[in-house]
Amino acid sequence: MIDLPPSAPVGVIVAEALDAQIGCFVDPAQYVALVSAWREDGFEMCADLCAVDYLAHMDRPLPEGVTPTRFEVVVNLLSLSKRQRVRVRVQAGNEDPEVDSLFDLYPGVEAMEREAFDMFGVVFRGHPDLTRILMPEDWEGHPLRKDYAVGRVPVQFKEAPGPR
Amino acid sequence: MSDLTIRTAERIEPLTAETAEGAQELQRRAATPPSELGREVGAVLRLDGRVLDPNAIDYERRDDETMIINMGPQHPSTHGVLRIMLELDGEFVLRSKPVIGYLHTGMEKTGEELSYIQGATNVTRMDYLSPVINELNYSLAVEKLLGIEIPERATWIRMLMSELNRVASHLVWMATNGMDLGSTSMMIYGFRERELILAFFEKTAGLRMNLNYVRPGGVAADLADGWQDDVTVICDTIEARTYEYDELLTGQPIFRDRLVGVAPLTAEEALALGVTGPLLRSTGVPWDLRRTMPYLAYDQVDFDVIVGTYGDNFDRYAIRLNEIRESLRIVRQCVERMPAGDYRSQDPKVTPPPRARINESMEALIHHFKLFTEGFHVPVGEVYSAVESPRGELGCYIVADGTSKPYRMHVRAPSFVNLQVVPLLMRGGMMSDAITVISAVDPVMGEVDR
Repeated sequence: MIDLPPSAPVGVIVAEALDAQIGCFVDPAQYVALVSAWREDGFEMCADLCAVDYLAHMDRPLPEGVTPTRFEVVVNLLSLSKRQRVRVRVQAGNEDPEVDSLFDLYPGVEAMEREAFDMFGVVFRGHPDLTRILMPEDWEGHPLRKDYAVGRVPVQFKEAPGPR
Repeated sequence: MSDLTIRTAERIEPLTAETAEGAQELQRRAATPPSELGREVGAVLRLDGRVLDPNAIDYERRDDETMIINMGPQHPSTHGVLRIMLELDGEFVLRSKPVIGYLHTGMEKTGEELSYIQGATNVTRMDYLSPVINELNYSLAVEKLLGIEIPERATWIRMLMSELNRVASHLVWMATNGMDLGSTSMMIYGFRERELILAFFEKTAGLRMNLNYVRPGGVAADLADGWQDDVTVICDTIEARTYEYDELLTGQPIFRDRLVGVAPLTAEEALALGVTGPLLRSTGVPWDLRRTMPYLAYDQVDFDVIVGTYGDNFDRYAIRLNEIRESLRIVRQCVERMPAGDYRSQDPKVTPPPRARINESMEALIHHFKLFTEGFHVPVGEVYSAVESPRGELGCYIVADGTSKPYRMHVRAPSFVNLQVVPLLMRGGMMSDAITVISAVDPVMGEVDR
């Protein structure tokens, strides 16, 4: 387990994750500050950014001091020089999830943040072009939310009686 | 004159309205603020604390000097349903923006509805050129959550199959890249050689593509009898033919003119944009997950990580061609050193009992039934695991909640992230080089849109 970078904001909670990766939990207010501290510490690349909707697991086990919210934004940072990964988890909010954008630190998160916005409705403040990326522009709702039904297409077999 | 303008506007509106993606599209120059005009460059410039120099952007052009055209979604050289909007000044590309989502089928949502056993059939359809590596990535993530060990033979079979798959994927790239550059014979050759590998896949797994061969707990079946001879023939044939490609393409002046020095990328830009795979290695960064963060048994085999110098299209071509040879080296070592033993874990919680046992044992039948109706339960946890796919870092983030289905399955698709580099590479280049840029980035749209 490695230590937090020296310039990390106070109040970050570190928990060991599976596979010897580190997970840190951070307040939305300190999210960008923490990620930028990691970046100065040698984490050159933001490998992945995604959101999770914990609607069915609002009481999930989290380290002490973290208030679980419905939406979580998960960022996986990668250090090429140290060959390490670190995972930052932010509690993004319940109703209208909103966090700051990492675009100024890692321009490569642009598409990933747009995807998280498209699929979960998480708003990234300061993102230059927060539009839908996978769904059509006039789509209603955010498909990967847990309260968004899967939906199905009725299949009509030849010469089979139709649905009653 | 003014009548004519109005009439064209009226005619165009209803035609575009049905297909318009609104704000996702590249907007007209008049509707775009100056800061936005240089975004492709600006994003990278902002990194070292500098501000965007207005003179570096051609923002004083007017809309009637430039033209916005659509390339795709139905365009043969966009490798699928990729749509790129280009702002052109004559033959030169000023701005460009990829518009994606035409192949979006909600595979991450589907992944939440399928049990862990069924999940491999879903992810294998994402990057349809490297199905084995997709399944491998998913299986490794699930196995990490389960905390099970898989037998050594399964590990080596997985490595053999994923390296063969890498060769097949790079061969398709060689083929389509040749086609984009007008070398149509390369297209025929690339697909011809790939056929050898697909035939071996069919013999081993029963299918040519979307194999569902690598599953949590091991692989679906043992290698067929006489597989060593098959694989050796494949290796010998393809290796000899890579030298024919050298003769056909590498030294050919026209081919080189189209690639050398075209669309250069620096290591800083690549890292900032999250670019991985051959694109990142072409800039001189020796980053290959097989070497730097080894999984399977890659730390026990001998191979070189191919690295470029200039970060141009020719480097990307050379890296992929040489990676074919390096992968064949690994495949040969797999043939030599394939250990004996089980091809899947014997943990009854994960692996169904063998067919013969089902006929005689009631418990085996119950186990089999439970596994395929309900599936196995995975303990609560979340994991991110990544492997090196032919296109870069392929990651899988799974949140498990103790049931037999993943609560959330997210795939970090390398093509999706690499596609962000397209506007930067195209900027200021020729229209004809835009084709080679798409080809060099090598997006697989099934993976981009998922």
